[in-house]
Amino acid sequence: MSATIQTLEPPRGMTSSLDGELLEVSMGPQHPSTHGVFRMNVALEGEIVRKLKPVFGYLHRNHEKIGENTSYLGSMPYTDRLDYFCSMTNNWAYALSVEKLAGIEVPERAEYLRVILAELTRLQNHASLLGFLLSDMGAWGTPLMYAFREREKILDLFESLSGSRMMCDYMRFGGCRVDAGPDWMERAEKIVDAFPRFLDEFEALILSNEIVIARTQEVGKLSADLAINAGITGPMLRACGVNYDVRKVDGYGFYPRFKFRVPLGEHGDTYDRLMMRALEMRESVGILKQAFEEIPAGPIMNPKVKIRAFRPSVGEAYGRIEAPKGELGFYLISNGGTNPYRYRVRPPSFINLTVLEDLCLGHTVADVMVILGSVDIVMGEVDR
Amino acid sequence: MESLEQIKARAEAAVPGAKIDIVPNPGPSQQSSLLIDNEHAPAVARFLRIDPALRLDFCSNATGVDWLDRTVKKTVKVKKVIDGVEKEVDETQAEFFPGYLEAVYHLYSMTHKHGPVIIRTHTADRADGARLPSLTPTWRSAEFQEREIFDLYGIRFDGHPDLRRILMWDEFVDHPMRKDYREPDDYEYEPTPHDDVLERAKQHYTARPQLDGAENITAQK
Amino acid sequence: MIGLGILKGMAVTARNFVGSYFEKDRLITVQYPEERSPLPENYRNFPFLIYDTDDPAAGLRCVACKICEKECPPQCIYIIKSEDKKPDYMGKPQFYPAVFDIDISVCMSCQICVEVCPFEAIKMDKVYELSRRERFDALLIRKGELSKSNTYYHSICSTEATEVDAKLAEAAAKKKPAPPPSSAVAAATPATA
Repeated sequence: MSATIQTLEPPRGMTSSLDGELLEVSMGPQHPSTHGVFRMNVALEGEIVRKLKPVFGYLHRNHEKIGENTSYLGSMPYTDRLDYFCSMTNNWAYALSVEKLAGIEVPERAEYLRVILAELTRLQNHASLLGFLLSDMGAWGTPLMYAFREREKILDLFESLSGSRMMCDYMRFGGCRVDAGPDWMERAEKIVDAFPRFLDEFEALILSNEIVIARTQEVGKLSADLAINAGITGPMLRACGVNYDVRKVDGYGFYPRFKFRVPLGEHGDTYDRLMMRALEMRESVGILKQAFEEIPAGPIMNPKVKIRAFRPSVGEAYGRIEAPKGELGFYLISNGGTNPYRYRVRPPSFINLTVLEDLCLGHTVADVMVILGSVDIVMGEVDR
Repeated sequence: MESLEQIKARAEAAVPGAKIDIVPNPGPSQQSSLLIDNEHAPAVARFLRIDPALRLDFCSNATGVDWLDRTVKKTVKVKKVIDGVEKEVDETQAEFFPGYLEAVYHLYSMTHKHGPVIIRTHTADRADGARLPSLTPTWRSAEFQEREIFDLYGIRFDGHPDLRRILMWDEFVDHPMRKDYREPDDYEYEPTPHDDVLERAKQHYTARPQLDGAENITAQK
Repeated sequence: MIGLGILKGMAVTARNFVGSYFEKDRLITVQYPEERSPLPENYRNFPFLIYDTDDPAAGLRCVACKICEKECPPQCIYIIKSEDKKPDYMGKPQFYPAVFDIDISVCMSCQICVEVCPFEAIKMDKVYELSRRERFDALLIRKGELSKSNTYYHSICSTEATEVDAKLAEAAAKKKPAPPPSSAVAAATPATA
């Protein structure tokens, strides 16, 4: 790739003859801390970042074109592979968009199941993110393995329900594919009941650690105005103090029935983004407990939906959910055929990267990794 | 939130000369959109963002769509004079719609928590006229997304701060998401045994080297 | 006191380290390949074809309708229908697949082929130790390797297999009002639970 920072003139104020040019360094694409094949061209003045241009596209599989050539049902396994950490929420976003496009209703039990699985996904995603962020800071994998221990339990639940740990392919248009029996519910309840103890342990391990606090507070401050204008969503936006959670705003999928709070940050720095995820995990545990109590018996699929030769009527729809990384949306245009005419994924990680340069200017190289870790990107979603 | 007709009326009043049409959405989702002409699109966008009742400060999604040339045939009843008698006859009329590219923006409001308001802009054609005004000065979230539309569809955005390819590499020539994109034939392809794919892939095979006895190792059972 | 947070974290780590020798909850790995973790029943990895009696050619349930080939998202199934017909497990003459290949380097185990099959002929297997020494031909699984018996299906997914057998027996009973129970259905009654 030949993408470089076009002009390397030194910034204003550098007039001494001892100051040299900017050093251009490419961080990535092979880098253990860049969350996948992600590259940043940074122009450094000593250790301080003066310019930063993200370069990606290494994992571009043209998912949108595959979506145009595959039927609606056939695209569902491909959506698993977008944000490969959170396949259940990807499936739900796509199923929601198709249900909006075709006007399909979902039975109650299926909606509760979807909420349960989405919140379990959020739990394991936020735990893994904290683990990865600490690894980037140099904690050599200990918090990551703690997070992965819990993640393994949740993935075992997904495996016994849908057949696969990560690429679940579980939601269908009009409901869910497989019903969860009472023993699955019992196991899930046990895991969720043990989760607050894990969260206490995890927070004791990480969040009061002086090194973490010194490295993340006042680093990568994002103002609320820039965040709104740049289209940032998810925990990164709420860390700046903006109260916008798609679960509360749109109220999709029976979320209005659950009582939960939306944590907000004050400073918008990396430490707030870390705390967002820790607090959201606690809220998710609350939602899960309510869902386990209230879930009714009943069918899990709308019987009027065809599996094969599914042709929605002509039109378009944009459906969005609050994925663990931000607002994940699918925009579908149908021309009456079996394949969508236009299939677009609105990727939260991609758009959250818009402000990466603004966040990193003036900080050191070491801070860049910490800031990138707190943005929470997954290359499968950025590149699609 | 106001209806689309009211938004259209107020936008046309605020930005003189703007031509806004409502594009109806026939499906069940009832998300109709506003089609804005290219010259006034940045001004209308700015109005949508600053207007106190709307405050659409969050551009959630910017998409490109490719429409090829279409000929729509309709059977219409036409009055014709045949042998001196006026009759109603069925006639097939073909209407030609030239192709264009379009950009669709989904706007929400974080202050008022309403939305979506969907706006569209069309290009003049699919070749040299594929230019659109950039809405990045109004919503910075369109920055990367318009770069992606430029990369994959070929629409040039006037006024974009940094318009270059984002997902494909810089020396790439074509625009992959267009409907008439043909994949190049020069790739290493692992053949699944479908006939024409196998034939095309065989043209790029090189002879397998001698494996010096390793060719006798068979797959384990 | 500065450093208290770090000491708190170290206490957590020490507790986990010592505890992993005593509490089963804190030790989460198994010594693969000597031990293997048990797989849940719903686990799926690559499809296989079912045949009913002991004869893989005669008892094959697949009638080469090509629905799975059409619906497969990455298009990894390749079927060529036969010219002649042979009797299926209910005695009715049906086509059968002369060639049925699945390219497992492409297959993503999404199980859409299982969902759309109207004849319960293709189901998901559980094998995951499938490494080969060659990239192209060895990863193309042909009909012979794909065909596995109904008893094998019972051994890997007993509840699902019993349900499928019940459904097929019901369909067979509906078609012929007073049927002599065909040998295929009788042999498919589960011996293992």
